[in-house]
Amino acid sequence: MHLAAHFPGVNSTTVWTDPRSRSQIDFASFEALARTAERGRFDFFFLAEGLRLREQKGLIHDLDVVGRPESLTLLNALAAVTDRLGLAATVNTTFNEPYELARRLATLDHLSGGRAGWNVVTSSDAFTGENFRRGGYLDRADRYTRAAEFVATARELWDSWTPPEPGRPDAPYGSPRPFAHSGPQFRIEGEFTVARPPQGHPVVIQAGDSDEGREFAAAAADVIFTRHGTLEAGRAFYADTKRRLATYGRKPADLKIMPGVTVVIGDTDSEAQERAAEIRGQQVSGQTALLAAEQIWGRDLSSYDPDGPLPAFDPDPDVRLAQGRVRHADPLAEAARWRALSEAKGLSLRGTVIETTTRQSFVGSPETVAEAFDTFVRTDAADGFILVPHLTPGGLDDVVDRVVPLLQERGVFRTEYAGTTLRSHLGLPHPVPKG
Amino acid sequence: MSATRALHLAAEIGGGPPGFDAAPYVELARLAERGALDFVTLRDSFGRPGPDALAVLARVAPATERVGLVPVVTTTHTEPFHVSSAVATLDWVSRGRAGWWVEVSATAAEARLFGRRPAAPAGELWREAGEVAEVAARLWDSWEDGAEIRDVSTGRFIDRDKLHYVDFEGTDFSVRGPAIVPRPPQGHPVTLVDIGADGDGPRARTAARHADAVLIRARRPEEAAAVAARLRAHAAAHGRAAGTPLVLAAFTIDLGDGEHPLEHGLVGAPHTTTGAGGPHYRGGPVDLAELIAGWHTAGAVDGFHLTPAEPRRDLERLVNGTVALLQHRSLFRTFHPGGTLREHLGLARPANQYASAGGTS
Repeated sequence: MHLAAHFPGVNSTTVWTDPRSRSQIDFASFEALARTAERGRFDFFFLAEGLRLREQKGLIHDLDVVGRPESLTLLNALAAVTDRLGLAATVNTTFNEPYELARRLATLDHLSGGRAGWNVVTSSDAFTGENFRRGGYLDRADRYTRAAEFVATARELWDSWTPPEPGRPDAPYGSPRPFAHSGPQFRIEGEFTVARPPQGHPVVIQAGDSDEGREFAAAAADVIFTRHGTLEAGRAFYADTKRRLATYGRKPADLKIMPGVTVVIGDTDSEAQERAAEIRGQQVSGQTALLAAEQIWGRDLSSYDPDGPLPAFDPDPDVRLAQGRVRHADPLAEAARWRALSEAKGLSLRGTVIETTTRQSFVGSPETVAEAFDTFVRTDAADGFILVPHLTPGGLDDVVDRVVPLLQERGVFRTEYAGTTLRSHLGLPHPVPKG
Repeated sequence: MSATRALHLAAEIGGGPPGFDAAPYVELARLAERGALDFVTLRDSFGRPGPDALAVLARVAPATERVGLVPVVTTTHTEPFHVSSAVATLDWVSRGRAGWWVEVSATAAEARLFGRRPAAPAGELWREAGEVAEVAARLWDSWEDGAEIRDVSTGRFIDRDKLHYVDFEGTDFSVRGPAIVPRPPQGHPVTLVDIGADGDGPRARTAARHADAVLIRARRPEEAAAVAARLRAHAAAHGRAAGTPLVLAAFTIDLGDGEHPLEHGLVGAPHTTTGAGGPHYRGGPVDLAELIAGWHTAGAVDGFHLTPAEPRRDLERLVNGTVALLQHRSLFRTFHPGGTLREHLGLARPANQYASAGGTS
């Protein structure tokens, strides 16, 4: 089983109103959570990315956490205060260039002694593009074309140094060989300035469940970060994704499937359920509920009562009030789903939002959660989990102190790191340079 | 005997063959910190072997406590938004010790690594570097201090009125803003530009407007004073306060041969020549202390940026010899009285250009 820790950042999972919640920016918070993850012998620590602050109705979103440090810089600093923990950053391929990003990732891999990971994401968003030289945006299809060529190009650069030779103490890192890449997205040449990273290639993570995303992961990723939190959905996703690997000459073990999940623990299952309900109430204030509904209905709902019913009219699928968020694919269908739920359970607008947006994945006593984790992994619903805590930075203390020891007793999770690199934690092969 | 202004000392910690392990960089930065140096620098470019300098100094940050950390970050092939975020984050992880040594990428070889634009003349590159410095400063200010309010009663995490679009329109790029990274601890990390030997050139014109500190290349204190005077005349034309930017004389130092009698070259220094990398001092730590004291007492410069020819050997001799002697003569402090790089350099924390007059704190 593989475990990773997500730093609770800019999302509606985070509960900043809790008195135990600390800064989302100070290095001390990141250091504390990373040390907890390493104490729990987690595979890696995972950071999301922000390239533009979210907006709704033309105003900067102000209801949950806003702002964060830049990931690669932060992870280099975390490399100084951790020894074994993998360090993974989400970095967009749309608003970066392969030479520079390959260099930054290779540097992190060197400075951390082989612990770097890269979560490859794409953007098609002109809204985000307004912060960048590239400006504009890419077609949905083009962004995966660019992402695939971007990753392939980065790997060419990482492979461009000769390995160190025993008889050459003057070149302890090997030497650069010229590279030349010529493709539809990039035409670049020269010499790469960073020696081949300790892992060969930093671990590549892919986030996203679309068909294109799954195919891209099957072809090029080491880890896939999914959102399938239930057993059945997880098994279906697992089977589909692992099946795709053969097309690319890869084995099922070459791609680890890790859903992002939340965990609420109590001394008993019923206490955990109570805590979970409390957290859901904290995550969705009345204003948060109205904003969530506006994202679907595409209309200003600020005059609505969050404790009253859902809007009686149907959404306008062409209007977009929220910027910088993942968009609902089909607002009409989503509204119908909400309405059905509200009617079936007698829920207010806020109650419906709580029910649809913030359900925790694993709720129970430490024994219940350990059993559920183990079941997911044993029955091919996942290879492990990326844990998304709701509190900074103490949100994983319960899991590390109470669930991890039970997993270790079961013999399904490591008690010590076997190797020093993220690849070794994940049981991934060391890439052999081409040519 | 004692100088009218505080003496500032900085050292480069790259310079040897490219190393990709963190340990030697950490060791050198700690050595500089032990000598109470204001800051260490790490040179960088996309065109020569070596790790990303900002990343290395981020790795160094938690392993040090007081010394300033100033990496070269180039502006030609980068995204200004990313540069601003990375430098601000270095300031966060170092708790207010970050600087940014602004450089450009002038060569065709560097341009081919990106394949986006051809090489351009220095004037154009430095004009653009100025635009990048300006947009970075605006982004650093785009969050007012105290924008994070965590107001449980209204459910608001931030006061959105304290966040600002920068709406920067440059010659080749535009940035909407606001930043993703909240305003860094120093307000603005310290901006450094190497203007070389020319107080009027493209580098100097950008530095005069945007730099907190500059490096200059000169062989004699009078030459240094003349370059500094030209630079400060340009700075004054931009409405900047007298005495800004700070001026540091940059030398390479080779302390491997021990003390020598005075021969030629830099006034007050033995064995000094001007090579491609600027003035080069070769001699002993005691004579170097004399040189530094002499130049500084003459009021030619605010301090020195020294690049060891042999990183470990020369930095050790600098700290244990030259710096110790300057401290003994009360010309240089023996500890860092403040916590941030701005405090070391005697620079105020900049006011926020977007903060509303009379706004709440």
